[in-house]
Amino acid sequence: MQFIRAHVLVCGGTGCMSSGSRQVQAGLEDEIARRGLDNEVKVVQTGCHGFCEMGPLMIIYPEGVFYVSVKAEDVPEIVETHLYKGRIIERLLYREPLSQKSIPSYDEINFYKKQRRIILSNCGHINPDEINEYIAAGGYEALGKALTLMTPAAVTEEVKKSGLRGRGGAGFPTGMKWQFARQSPGEKKYVVCNADEGDPGAFMDRSVLEGDPHRVIEGMIICGYAIGADEGYIYVRAEYPLAIKRLRTAIAQAEEMGFLGKDVFGSGFNFALHIKEGAGAFVCGEETALLQSIEGRRGMPRPRPPFPAVSGLWGKPTNINNVETFANIASIIVDGAEKYAEIGTEKSKGTKVFALTGKINNTGLAEVPMGITMREIIYDIGGGIVDGKKFKAVQIGGPSGGCLPEDMLDLTIDYDSLTAAGAMMGSGGLVVMDETTCMVDVAKFFLTFTQSESCGKCTPCREGTKRMLEILTRITNGEGREGDIALLEDLARGIKQTALCGLGQTAPNPVLSTLKYFRHEYEAHIKDHVCPAGACSNLTGYTITDDCRGCGMCKKVCPVGAIAGEIKERHVIKHKVCIKCGACEGKCPFKAIRKGA
Amino acid sequence: MDNDMVNVTIDGRKVSVHKSASVLNAANKAGAKVPTLCYHPELRPEGACRVCVVEVEGSRTLVASCVYPVSEGMIVRTNTDAVRHARRSVVELMLANHPPDCLVCVRNKNCELQKVAAELGLREIRFDGEKKKHPLDANNPSLVRDNEKCILCGRCVRVCSERQGVHVYSFTRRGFGTVVSPAFDAGLDEAACTYCGQCSVVCPTAAITEKDDAEAVWKAISDPTKHVIIQTAPSVRVALGETQGLAPGAIVTGKMVAALRRMGFDKVFDTNFSADLTIMEEGSEFIHRLKNGGKLPMVTSCSPGWVNLAEMFYPDLLEHLSTAKSPQQMFGAVAKTYYAEKSGIDPKNIVSVSAMPCTAKKAEAVRPQMRSSGYQDVDIVITTRELGRMIKEAGIDFAQIEEEEFDAPMGIGSGAGAIFGATGGVMEAALRTAYELLTGEELKNLDFNDVRGLKGLKEASVNIAGVEVKVAVVNTLGEARQMMERVRAKEAPYHFIEIMACPGGCISGGGQPAPVDGEIRMKRQASIYEIDRCSAVRKSHENPAVKTLYAEWLGQPLGEKAHKLLHTHYHAQHRGI
Repeated sequence: MQFIRAHVLVCGGTGCMSSGSRQVQAGLEDEIARRGLDNEVKVVQTGCHGFCEMGPLMIIYPEGVFYVSVKAEDVPEIVETHLYKGRIIERLLYREPLSQKSIPSYDEINFYKKQRRIILSNCGHINPDEINEYIAAGGYEALGKALTLMTPAAVTEEVKKSGLRGRGGAGFPTGMKWQFARQSPGEKKYVVCNADEGDPGAFMDRSVLEGDPHRVIEGMIICGYAIGADEGYIYVRAEYPLAIKRLRTAIAQAEEMGFLGKDVFGSGFNFALHIKEGAGAFVCGEETALLQSIEGRRGMPRPRPPFPAVSGLWGKPTNINNVETFANIASIIVDGAEKYAEIGTEKSKGTKVFALTGKINNTGLAEVPMGITMREIIYDIGGGIVDGKKFKAVQIGGPSGGCLPEDMLDLTIDYDSLTAAGAMMGSGGLVVMDETTCMVDVAKFFLTFTQSESCGKCTPCREGTKRMLEILTRITNGEGREGDIALLEDLARGIKQTALCGLGQTAPNPVLSTLKYFRHEYEAHIKDHVCPAGACSNLTGYTITDDCRGCGMCKKVCPVGAIAGEIKERHVIKHKVCIKCGACEGKCPFKAIRKGA
Repeated sequence: MDNDMVNVTIDGRKVSVHKSASVLNAANKAGAKVPTLCYHPELRPEGACRVCVVEVEGSRTLVASCVYPVSEGMIVRTNTDAVRHARRSVVELMLANHPPDCLVCVRNKNCELQKVAAELGLREIRFDGEKKKHPLDANNPSLVRDNEKCILCGRCVRVCSERQGVHVYSFTRRGFGTVVSPAFDAGLDEAACTYCGQCSVVCPTAAITEKDDAEAVWKAISDPTKHVIIQTAPSVRVALGETQGLAPGAIVTGKMVAALRRMGFDKVFDTNFSADLTIMEEGSEFIHRLKNGGKLPMVTSCSPGWVNLAEMFYPDLLEHLSTAKSPQQMFGAVAKTYYAEKSGIDPKNIVSVSAMPCTAKKAEAVRPQMRSSGYQDVDIVITTRELGRMIKEAGIDFAQIEEEEFDAPMGIGSGAGAIFGATGGVMEAALRTAYELLTGEELKNLDFNDVRGLKGLKEASVNIAGVEVKVAVVNTLGEARQMMERVRAKEAPYHFIEIMACPGGCISGGGQPAPVDGEIRMKRQASIYEIDRCSAVRKSHENPAVKTLYAEWLGQPLGEKAHKLLHTHYHAQHRGI
């Protein structure tokens, strides 16, 4: 019998592939064959580990040694030193950004240590193109249990009891949604998986689909059984070609195994699954627009009620959940609702995957239990702010979410506390910003996104976000007017109250939350013509810091007389006079003049 | 207690409405006027414009009342600070992206956006940012689209797809750049547009209007070398009054004739005359096809929107269309030949104008086939809406003006000609004549009630000389498409089919005054049949002027001269994608 003494897992996620993991894998396979090790060392391409910033990633078992930023040139050394001689290659290990310590083992890295990986448990550890690896990891056990030991009502009840809430944004209780679709009269029903992940910076759904597609498929089949649907659609954005490819393979394998198709597990239950590729519209993540798009129409939301549970795809009762929601189902069924509900807070159960990006040391995907604090995610998992800069805010929830300031860092993360704070769970994007980020500019960024992605159907979203964007643009250009803040607030309230769909209704959130926590930055732009973060080029003023000794050099060099101050006292710059020429900054012997206010 | 009814409280007043009703329906029933823009009573509600928002107790946001279903015990408030403020904000946003040229706009005082803004008491537009820029689409003879005036209510999209089945329009692009247009930003002349003009009737603003040909008419009238004559279509006289502040359906034949004379037309004629002529030719053609194994079912061809549809979508079925020209074009051909000869006027100096309920008639007049007189048979086509505006421009007090009679001979028409204006009218007129021509007996009851009414598809069977003649009457292009699919599949067991492009026929044609709804349509229709009922002559073949025309000049129906002047041919149109 063949004895494999080592497994080399090479990440085949989109992130690692784009940094060269395919070349690493090919080189590795060649080198191993050349050395005649191919009978004892097996190379496995896996899905995403979530630590894409450090890619290409490689794990070598049985030791569980974790190599980062592996290049094709490193391959001979890996084979020679690690696989042949059994020595760890120090320089390829991950270094903690704060302690600078190299850490050989995957589980010891802070980025992973504080995570609780349920949905991502297989990602990076199994070959997503191989159904047997999923089954070996416990896959399709839940389906077997549901179909052979449970009634559809019991499955629905279990999901209800688990307290699982929709991971796509609004956090509607999943079990309730299933129950509505279940109770909706009709012979023909559909299950739809929303894989149109579109929030800027969010890629958790892509990673799940690429790294563990069967987990989503299994969740969908169980849902079909629970609500009485025999057909399902996965609506994947076309920008995710690898996810689509792996889903197709997975569906074909599941069909071959009999998990999809007629009479699954001899239960008499039939389920067929199709993939529908999106056409690149953000709004198609909104469930009614998504259904329109599957039907071949332009993706524009339609009014609810009727809800999809009553009249969905082609007018039939339809249950729509997002990728991450479906990925939770198998563990709920296998381990039971009580076990699942042990994780999380009273009203937000289970784990949530966040996409950490921005000015943070460890960017990547982090699956954490609900109820963790923002501080733990940013400082423990995320490794703190890049270059030791000062944390300013975290934007959570994508274009529908909001920005939370430093004094909210100890906020526990769950649906309700985030909403109360003026943000939103959303799909789980976390963008960390430091002191150099301008909050008006951040609001402008998100409004630019929502405006260009508005479907154009309803007036408040189409026209209102445009006017908000114009106001934000003039504020960041230094042309803000008295009354602009009030106008923004009035528009924001109006849009929230009158827009047709969830996207429009939440589009003003980035503005409202920055106005709530960073109003002084807006005021500084408008009244003082200064961007406190020094980010808005028209408003990049100069400031004299406490390091000023009052030598008066700056005052002398200033061509417009914008600097005031007595000798030996701290000088100040009159921003309204300053022409931002920068002459003072170069002249100051104490480096006491810096850009920004 | 009826189980299908639910109780709703609107502004403190209890009303009972059907469970399928919208909050808007309930509010209207309770006497609360809720402003609307994208809503149209005859189209599927969209909830897009958000002008009709109201407060529903328990709802997180305001709701669009036009799409929100009622439920038992629902408490609705239509007049709160929040509601008024929200509605004003929505309309303010629309106006911030709309040209501020109301005073010189063709829809001034007849614009729904203007009306809603006025009613909401909007006094200020706080936004001075970008306005959308779009080129004018005016490369066709019938319609002008000005997307800068479009408020994206989507009524045109819905009427064109839901009712007309033509699907010319859709929303394209996103965000602020969203626009309604044919695929690939094509102009209507490049798209598969039939020019039926229903979009221009439902458009709440001046984003889609008829191509305005009034100036050309004034120019002709003021040219002393020109002999300017006008024909007025049967349905214009029952709708024109609405443009002058009269009640819907008012019969204004005499006032219209008087007004046209005051405007300066040299002769005021009646399309009812040539409608009778059409019956002579088309009726004879039908009898000929019936007797000689010609192509059946024969389909009428007087609705140019329908003819365009046939040429674009059913080029394989064009042999089914009657070769008889429409009344407008028969009139044009006879005016520049027979009338010119009789009155001793050089046809090159005749300017033949027609007042039509229809935008597609403008395109019909410039078809290359329509020059049998040696000139363009009909020079200028104006719609009822343009005529209404011209009457105002001319300073004519329409309410006061004394009624006058049409000029002879081409102003003489029968009741059969008059009912061409309503769906089923052509069929009824044809049956009256065909019956008497085939049997030689006098028809006792002239009213064919089976083919009357506003239903999309009507069927009847008439025994004529021992033959059970099966007929069908359809209106709207959507119904026409269904019928033609049946004809194509050889599943249409009829001898004769009347097709009108517009709902209810010409009475709510694409050139008729807006707004139109079911009630207004019924009033116009009732007036059409009233005109017929009161006519001394109610059969086309008994029209004395038509009889004289054949006796003196044309010879026989389907004869050589008739063939040359009064019949046409069709060819496939390759437009659209």
